[in-house]
Amino acid sequence: MIEVRGVHKSFGHHEVLKGIDLTVEAGSVTVVLGPSGSGKSTLLRVLNHLEKVDRGHVRVDGSLIGYRQVGDRLYELRERQVLKQRAAIGFVFQTFNLFPHLTALENIVEAPISALGRSRADATARALELLDRVGLADKAAAYPRQLSGGQQQRVAIARALALDPKLVLFDEPTSALDPELVGEVLDVLRDLAGSGTTMIVVTHEIGFAREVADRIVFLDDGRLIEQGTPTELLDSPKHDRTRAFLAKVLV
Amino acid sequence: MTVLSSPPAAARAADEGDRLTVVPARHPWRWVSTVVALVLVAQLVHGLITNPGWDWGTFAGYFFEKSVLNALLVTLELTFAGAVLGFLGGVLLAPMRLSANPVLRTVSWTYIWVFRSVPLIVQLLFWANLGYLYETLQLGIPFGPGLLHFESRSLVSSLGAALLGLALHEAAYAAEIVRAGLISVDQRQLEAAAALGIPRLRQFRRILLPQAMRAILPSAANELVNLLKSTSVVYVLAIGELFYQVQVVYGRTGRVVPLLMVATVWYVILTAVLSVFQHYVERHFNRGWRR
Repeated sequence: MIEVRGVHKSFGHHEVLKGIDLTVEAGSVTVVLGPSGSGKSTLLRVLNHLEKVDRGHVRVDGSLIGYRQVGDRLYELRERQVLKQRAAIGFVFQTFNLFPHLTALENIVEAPISALGRSRADATARALELLDRVGLADKAAAYPRQLSGGQQQRVAIARALALDPKLVLFDEPTSALDPELVGEVLDVLRDLAGSGTTMIVVTHEIGFAREVADRIVFLDDGRLIEQGTPTELLDSPKHDRTRAFLAKVLV
Repeated sequence: MTVLSSPPAAARAADEGDRLTVVPARHPWRWVSTVVALVLVAQLVHGLITNPGWDWGTFAGYFFEKSVLNALLVTLELTFAGAVLGFLGGVLLAPMRLSANPVLRTVSWTYIWVFRSVPLIVQLLFWANLGYLYETLQLGIPFGPGLLHFESRSLVSSLGAALLGLALHEAAYAAEIVRAGLISVDQRQLEAAAALGIPRLRQFRRILLPQAMRAILPSAANELVNLLKSTSVVYVLAIGELFYQVQVVYGRTGRVVPLLMVATVWYVILTAVLSVFQHYVERHFNRGWRR
């Protein structure tokens, strides 16, 4: 279970997150919607401490992310410990960010070997299994540049899953793809959602949200202004801002 | 009623397409420049062969002469050691300059500033004269008692001074070359590595450095060739490297030009070898970028 409590985050004078409270049940799929600049990506990056919070905290399965509590104080963890926590939280980027000098297989086994200390043989076996799962069993030896955008993103998803994370965060995973390649990535996400992986997905794919999400939360100007099941939020939004946003994206 | 007096435009165009021949443009000036270039090259070669001043016999006699080959070895050793030590220094200084710690940043910046400012030849003479500045050197607690004492002049031999000078000089340039490589790598690569929980040192070695190498290699090869030739400057310390040795020989025999050619041809050959080596190393680090 993921608990976000009172999270504030500013970049300079610009406050991007203005007090976010959110609870995500284990095994559920949460879709985060909101206009650009509303703080969706920042929220996601706070969840694995890629961004430090100014106030508030995040807990994953009860343990604080990025901090250690002593009395009333939160002490930031050393980088080594933060890295250890991150290994339990998968992150899939909008721009894939595969390592271009490593093959698909090498991209996937890198973190299990260096962050979790698995043997190369075990990591390779698991990686091949995951490549098969995302439909790229024949691309193990390919370099990222030899793959299409959709294939790169599927390798990136396999790379995140190779750490057997408790939670996987997706930051607009299909936004950088050509329209005809979006489907293959959404198929993988759908398959993951069906297998009970805890997922938080920032996306503009409303159809996908309706079909797969257990809950949808709507972010606007750094505040979480509305949340509910897909039917509640998409068909009868209570907030004007939500209505206005949906009117624009559901043309 | 209208009568079409000519066939439709499309049909006419297709008809002409079969009949017309394509003639490429002529380039008369290409011929002129080619002839001029060939004449100049021919004159150069003719001069090299016929001018007795080149004295190819003496050149051939000294090219593989033992003292020259020994000096060549010293040049190679200085180049190799200078490059290894210099680039080790560069790999240390470059991340320091990019560090979040202002003290490390300033130390690195100052080092690069100073060692790029001082001409290599001046620096070499400084190191060779270290004994005048500090007669003894000691290892111990900073500002406290010393534990080990050395005589400067015995510790820093002239070869040591040469090596020290080359390495320190080289480190300043290498630092900037490595830094250029590091900042050329997309920041998102490190972010992805951090998100995967890959340990910090491993991020540097496995993710950052191999990608930075693509930008580092061409400049580093340049610097290495430069270093190879810079070793000739250490002749001021009377070290028997290639340039010093040919000077010794022509000082004795008076055959200046053929002996300078001995050194020149060896430098050219070594640079060619380095260029071939560069080609293969670059190809290794370019994997993943070729389609």
